[in-house]
Amino acid sequence: MAKPNGSWQKAASWEELVTACRPLVTDVSFPTVEAWKEMHPGGKAIACFPVYTPQEVLAAAGALPVTVYGARGQVEIDHADSRIQSFVCSIARSTLELGLVGRARSLDGLIVPSICDVARNLSGVWQRNFPGQFVFYLHLPQNPESAAAIAYYRSELGRLRREVGEWVGRAPTDEALREAIRTYNRNRELLDSLHQRRVEAPEQWPAAGVYVLAAAGNVLPRAEHNALLEKALELGAARRAPQRDTVRVLLRGAFCEQPPLELLEVLEEAGCAVVNDDLQVGSRFLLGPVRADGDPLAALAEAYLRESVLTPVNHPGKRSRSVDLLERVQAAAAQGVIFASPKFCEPALYDSVLLKQVLERAGTPYLEFEYEEKMTVFETVRMQAETFVESILFFSEKS
Amino acid sequence: MAEAYRFQGVGRDLQKDLLGQWYQRLENAPRTGTPVAYLFISGNIGELLRSFGFELVFPEVNALQCGVKKVAGDFILKAEDLGYSSDVCGYVKNDIGLAASGNRGPFGTLPKPDLLVCTYSGCNTYIKWFEALAELYGARLFMLDVPYRRTGEQELQQDRDYVVAQLEQLAEVCAELTGRPYNPDHLSELLENSRQAEELWVNILHSARHRPSPFDAYFEAVFFMAPIYVLRGMPECVEYYRAAAQEIEERITHRLGPVSEERFRIVLEGPPPWPHFRTFWELFKRWGVCCVASTYSKVGGIWDFGFRHDPSRPLESLAEYAMNCYTNWGWQLRRRMMERYVKDYQADALVIHSVKSCRSFSVGQADVREYFTKECDLPTLFVESDLADPRYFAEAQIRNRIDAFFEALEHRRVAGPHPGRA
Ligand code: SF4
Ligand code: SF4
Repeated sequence: MAKPNGSWQKAASWEELVTACRPLVTDVSFPTVEAWKEMHPGGKAIACFPVYTPQEVLAAAGALPVTVYGARGQVEIDHADSRIQSFVCSIARSTLELGLVGRARSLDGLIVPSICDVARNLSGVWQRNFPGQFVFYLHLPQNPESAAAIAYYRSELGRLRREVGEWVGRAPTDEALREAIRTYNRNRELLDSLHQRRVEAPEQWPAAGVYVLAAAGNVLPRAEHNALLEKALELGAARRAPQRDTVRVLLRGAFCEQPPLELLEVLEEAGCAVVNDDLQVGSRFLLGPVRADGDPLAALAEAYLRESVLTPVNHPGKRSRSVDLLERVQAAAAQGVIFASPKFCEPALYDSVLLKQVLERAGTPYLEFEYEEKMTVFETVRMQAETFVESILFFSEKS
Repeated sequence: MAEAYRFQGVGRDLQKDLLGQWYQRLENAPRTGTPVAYLFISGNIGELLRSFGFELVFPEVNALQCGVKKVAGDFILKAEDLGYSSDVCGYVKNDIGLAASGNRGPFGTLPKPDLLVCTYSGCNTYIKWFEALAELYGARLFMLDVPYRRTGEQELQQDRDYVVAQLEQLAEVCAELTGRPYNPDHLSELLENSRQAEELWVNILHSARHRPSPFDAYFEAVFFMAPIYVLRGMPECVEYYRAAAQEIEERITHRLGPVSEERFRIVLEGPPPWPHFRTFWELFKRWGVCCVASTYSKVGGIWDFGFRHDPSRPLESLAEYAMNCYTNWGWQLRRRMMERYVKDYQADALVIHSVKSCRSFSVGQADVREYFTKECDLPTLFVESDLADPRYFAEAQIRNRIDAFFEALEHRRVAGPHPGRA
């Protein structure tokens, strides 16, 4: 078991910090959450299913929001099979499995945002199987062009605030919400810096490490994660990075269910420098800072509808995912794109068809494969990635 | 049967005529200059679009037709060639394959959309589907954001207001595209037609409470329900249900039914396997099974608990309709509906047909089986295939399961009273 809260503070180098945080990604008994609850008697921890939940509202109610990315390949799907069929992505089934085998005992509730039919139906299954829990299905508006959408979403956030408040026994005040917004703004800012540095020097800021450090925020209180990220930025800058011949790639498709960490490592070993990705994108969902004055719920609603990242599960309205992808490729100076989609994830699979066409027209090379949480053999992916890297290097040498 | 009685077969024949005429109007639309809107069946707000003179295309109905006419497999393969995964919804792939084949199907040639209205009631895949069509046709896309019924019995006023506000915006878009102003009186006239047809349709659905049931609420309902989903609001839709009601009346009078001897009454959950529809039905008929209530027949909208379109509140009632189609209901409401059906229609068992394509329908159906078998002691059969993709229908396996299930049910009946009906 990872030593809860605190073990990362002692890290003296980037590598040590990553090593200290690694168990936070994969230990699905959620030791840090248990530790938090010991320190906060009566405190509630609420699981947030990806992709995006406005966790500020939960934090302002004094609860601990925990982003749960399934079982991270750590449990066998057994009991969940009798509730959800096998032609469904791993994350939905493994999240349910965690609940059914009692691994998620430290979590007192589940919030599911309206991302897809699978997640939606999971919320109903969860409700029936865990009747004592707080279960909230959050409608994220899909019509960003509608003038009514902001007011609507504000009322949905009001419903969340009210219900969480009643359940926790502490209604979030406006001031508590503004405070939470400031903390989360800082978190987004730090995460952005971390990812931005990677764009500038991917060897210095390797993707798997960046991923682990960002993932620590899924289970830690945001203020603590902020301190962690500040440290990460310092230690990363001081790191002496090895120079390698790599190809800069943009990774797409992992916005919800996460690939095993090993997959990222394999890609890096194969020579891919991941300079842009949608991994755990929920914590970076809002692209700019949320206003921390005035009506906090309105501020969250505006930020969601005006300034959020495009994923396969939020309709872009007048914006375009194709244009967005090309702009990202350019901004990150990516030489190729990797579509890595969770098996059975329909939203990702539909988008990749259209986006591949766009890349073909733009002459940007891409590679595509599917992954699963419980994947343990990476040799095929490694070979595909190596071939991909070689072809890009060969092509760029020739031209 | 059709010769000895006056009205037998009317429902089916007239349905074919009406759908044929509708497809003909669609084929002619480019020539007649009629504007064309594409939208989905579930919770559809067709009357609003019709009030602006749009002809309506329902891509799901085209996919269904391709399934029944056994051409879906080719269209699906075509879409897979274009890069669509074997794991995504077969309806979407059928439609993409069809579009890539010049939009020519067994029903004729379909016109291109002037407007895509993504009423995504009950299914997020609809969004992905119309996003793809918007790329393909370069057509304008209106995203009608319909929140899910997620708070049990309690309906949220905020949801209804939001949908109404969007319908007002949609009316502006329609006015702009067609050059016709929004005419609420005309819309109310159409909604009055809807109301009347709905009243008649509900009577037909309720007729299955008779023993024997005059009507199979799944295998026959899927034909009888077509006009209320695709032609609602039009006078011929009301005419259709008047005629169909006569057919049902006649069946009740003469104790006619879909099976020669009704031995088992079931509630059915899930869409049909269209490419193997007949075969699937036969597997049940052999056992004298009649479906007395189904959830699939509510996939477009639910009237049998009292809802009717209300001409005096046009946009509000369209919004309520849009939010209350079956798959837009949370599991709590869906389970309750099945429970009510089992009780009200005196069913002996629940049969779940789980289809891979439609996660909206199917994710959690296994949990429903758990619930009904363990907590309600209701015999529940679970079979899997697909609604669009012919490759997923394993006939021998399905037959075995069905046979074993009804055999056991028969034993149980001989051995003692049926606890599920207590
Ligand atoms: S991985 Fe894809 S299909 Fe599964 S819950 Fe997430 S978005 Fe939905
Ligand atoms: S997932 Fe189901 S409801 Fe949605 S498009 Fe496919 S078949 Fe239709």
